[in-house]
Amino acid sequence: MDLTPKRYADTIVLSPVGRLDHATSEGFKVALAPYMARCARDLDRVILDFVGVEYISSIGLRVLMLAAKQAKTQGGSIGVAALQPVVKEIFDISRFTMVLDVFASVREGLARLSPPALAAFDGA
Amino acid sequence: MAPDGRLAVKFWGTRGSIPVAMTSTEVRRKLIASLVRASGRTLDTPEKATVFLERELDFAVSHTFGGDSSCVEIVTGGKDYVLCDLGTGARVFGNDVLATRGASGHTFHVFMSHLHWDHIMGFPFFMPVYAPGNHIRIYGCHAGLETAFRGQHAAPFFPVDFARLSATIEFVRLEPGRDYEIAGLRVRPKLQRHGGDSYGYRFHMRDRVVVYSTDAEHKQDDLTEIQGFVEFFRDADLVIFDSQYSLAEATSVKEDWGHSSNVVGLELCQMARARRLCLYHHEPVSNDERIAALLAETQRLEEITRGDRRVEILAAYDGMELTL
Repeated sequence: MDLTPKRYADTIVLSPVGRLDHATSEGFKVALAPYMARCARDLDRVILDFVGVEYISSIGLRVLMLAAKQAKTQGGSIGVAALQPVVKEIFDISRFTMVLDVFASVREGLARLSPPALAAFDGA
Repeated sequence: MAPDGRLAVKFWGTRGSIPVAMTSTEVRRKLIASLVRASGRTLDTPEKATVFLERELDFAVSHTFGGDSSCVEIVTGGKDYVLCDLGTGARVFGNDVLATRGASGHTFHVFMSHLHWDHIMGFPFFMPVYAPGNHIRIYGCHAGLETAFRGQHAAPFFPVDFARLSATIEFVRLEPGRDYEIAGLRVRPKLQRHGGDSYGYRFHMRDRVVVYSTDAEHKQDDLTEIQGFVEFFRDADLVIFDSQYSLAEATSVKEDWGHSSNVVGLELCQMARARRLCLYHHEPVSNDERIAALLAETQRLEEITRGDRRVEILAAYDGMELTL
């Protein structure tokens, strides 16, 4: 899966597209892995821009949970931004909004996770 | 069985992990909500009040989901009774049989998901065991099936030893993955992921299928396991499903605690093309409003993720009857 990474200072913004379900989640997990390896204290922060994600199933949410656990273990930060209305409802119903950082927009996520990254984003 | 001969299901206990009871505070909250809604109306007969309760109050205000632990009756229309699990709901069921059908001369077939306490604790209070002339056959896949039931009756846990029970009680070991013909049903057990293992049961009678699948955790990335459950639920008319946790809980702080979620239950039913999903084994911390909200959220999730076929979503409550 192509995540079209964009770097803003110390933060990587990744943009999966389409459905994150039983057919695609393994590819999402594999594509995410190298970025999660660097999602650690004094290294990178990660924001997942979900504006292009139209649906996420439990297996896709599990990939996010594993990524969040890895980030926490490594002292890193990860957030999810710009959920489409249907995906936002799925997050709410599954209670993932209570265990993941969810931001209204990528810009809001950058503002919360990294002021230098926000400055880079606004200057881009 | 329903008058037209269809298979039916009756829920006698629907609460997970431990039986619970409503507190005075919760009863008062329901009464206050009801009285406020009734203000300005003339409800001066039981009939008018009943219509008001049924038509104008939310279920969580006018009823309760109940607090007895797991026990479900599969109503075949045959002479024998068929149950799943012997949680505290079995006490209510047993008393109902005694009151409506007499104390003796009955045969009960009981399929045990597993032997955790909340699933066997109704047995010492299941009055038919104290009446000679009753026959109780307890089926399960666990090696310790009989030991668990005998142990529960032994000192210091209970004053009446198992040997003093008057009914004829048999224990029958089943093998998962095999079909059995029992009490007019074709029954297939399936191994499930739970501490000490649990087993689901797929019941088939004529053209109707009921799946009882409680105390089961599902790892979404184990595709072989997921496919196995899709086949187990395939085309079922009703799937009774452990939805004790939210998906977030089941994949984080409560991972490996052995329970599942409404989200996974719906996905499995959608993949299996099952007709109805019944949320079951309710979290003991949840009050009626919380379970009603869980039902509404699951119905909404079904609506926004529906493919070419609708799955009807229900939430089990003590006393609920379904005809398939």
